[in-house]
Amino acid sequence: MSFAAPPVVEMNAVTKRYGTVEAVRGISLRIAPGEIVAMLGPNGAGKTTSVGLMLGLRTPTSGTVRLFGLPPTDRRARSRAGVMLQESGTTSVLTPREIVRLFGTYYPAPMPTERALALAGLTDKADARIGTLSGGQRQRLYLALAVCGDPDVLFLDEPTVGMDVEARRAFVTSIQTLAAAGKTVLFTTHYLREAEELARRIVVIDRGVVIADAAPRELMGRVAAKRVAFTVVGALPAGVFAGLPVAALASANGHVRFLTGEPESVLRALFARGVELRDLEVVGADLEEAFLSLTRREEPA
Amino acid sequence: MSAVAPVLPMLLAQTRSELVARWRVPAFSVTSLALPILFYTFFALPFARQTFPNGVSVGAYLLASFAAYAVGSVMVYGFGINVAIERAQKVDVLMRATPVPPGVVITAKVIGALVFSLLSVIVLIIYGVVVAGVRQDLTVWANVTARLLVGSLPFVSLGFAIGYSAGPNAAPALANIIYLPLSFASGLFMPVSQLPGFVQRMAPYLPSYHYGQLAWSAVGAPTEPIGVSLAWLAGYTALFLAIAVRAYRREETRKFG
Repeated sequence: MSFAAPPVVEMNAVTKRYGTVEAVRGISLRIAPGEIVAMLGPNGAGKTTSVGLMLGLRTPTSGTVRLFGLPPTDRRARSRAGVMLQESGTTSVLTPREIVRLFGTYYPAPMPTERALALAGLTDKADARIGTLSGGQRQRLYLALAVCGDPDVLFLDEPTVGMDVEARRAFVTSIQTLAAAGKTVLFTTHYLREAEELARRIVVIDRGVVIADAAPRELMGRVAAKRVAFTVVGALPAGVFAGLPVAALASANGHVRFLTGEPESVLRALFARGVELRDLEVVGADLEEAFLSLTRREEPA
Repeated sequence: MSAVAPVLPMLLAQTRSELVARWRVPAFSVTSLALPILFYTFFALPFARQTFPNGVSVGAYLLASFAAYAVGSVMVYGFGINVAIERAQKVDVLMRATPVPPGVVITAKVIGALVFSLLSVIVLIIYGVVVAGVRQDLTVWANVTARLLVGSLPFVSLGFAIGYSAGPNAAPALANIIYLPLSFASGLFMPVSQLPGFVQRMAPYLPSYHYGQLAWSAVGAPTEPIGVSLAWLAGYTALFLAIAVRAYRREETRKFG
């Protein structure tokens, strides 16, 4: 990143409160030009609110947000951003070609309508009424609307929701095309696999805070990779898990299970603390479980 | 490369889309074009060739009345229902995230509605002239049309007030329940003098009554001074606009706070 170019997105200690609900509880984030960032987190983690804040659709309760060094509501900043929102719609009586052409006029240097439609894989539905499109085709339309201004950054909120396999594949290809063209892309998802596949940086959000921010490989190394289960003989001493790197700990009727990245040292510690166990099982956790261990680490056992 | 897109091409494209979209919704385009003609046929055609004792042609007077009804209905239904639907479909959220200035979107809507109003008035007047045999100078009709378009602001505001207060299902009902009785009681369907006594006493307080005056005076009927009509219309514009802005702000806080 050169000195001249400000970060694409800069959030400083941003909070957002809706009534009594604190959706974002102090997020600081910088996204540099050319980064492909996945914002990962479960539903209700604050992903959509964060994107809304970056776009100026929401005003922060405290903290500051800048888009290309400008307030996100500034037309000069907006003119460089393409947006695909989770909860938004468009008129149903126009055709994709008509509305993509219209949206193109909002931007200073739009791409040809044909190219935007092709990039989104919507060429064969270009002249159908929008009202007749399927959910997946509609998502492609929103992608076409996001790219039609040939923006420097793309914000995509849950872009693959409602897409079928084919649409999803087309979507992945278009994102890779855009990334190769040097665009900055930020997308939200609650699928770790999707984040891993597309992003070069994953920001994990849970309950309104960033709990991890790393390259996919590094993140995968850090999350709990094993699921451990056993039956305890006798009573489980109180506080026996204190200080151990475990997550998603569940214990009922003597059956104990948890996720951990270091099963050997955890078990060693448990033995040292006098736990007697049988039916021990240590298996590789799947990606979703691994992700769960990351997001639920702070949860009291 | 300029940092932002020029506004004029944007406004033209937005207006064009607005018109195309309106045209493709028959519930709107057919009703705003055909309904005034239908009403004119029922209420005016049998008497179109008669004249009032003061020499004013009944056909021309009622043509002016239904032209007022037509423009008002394009504004009230157009904005009321269209805005309510766009809010429900969250079209506003997506537009908000693009660089298009909100003023461009609203201006395009107003221009679109004016074009539709113009179209419905022209169609109605042609019908009156051709079918009902109403004879007036072209300048008279130009005057009627110009006055009605300029004076339509209270109905634009009423439309926005409905659109921002009601949901997509309630908006058409609300528009009907407000606009139809309003038009009737103001003498747009039949002259005020033929209405029941209590309605006659109520009429001078209604916006469409004063709106009608603009058109009636243009075809030579004796009316209140034009300044009085304009003052009433300005007052109603302020009232409806205040309601619209209040509803808009409430929505703003909820959706974009």
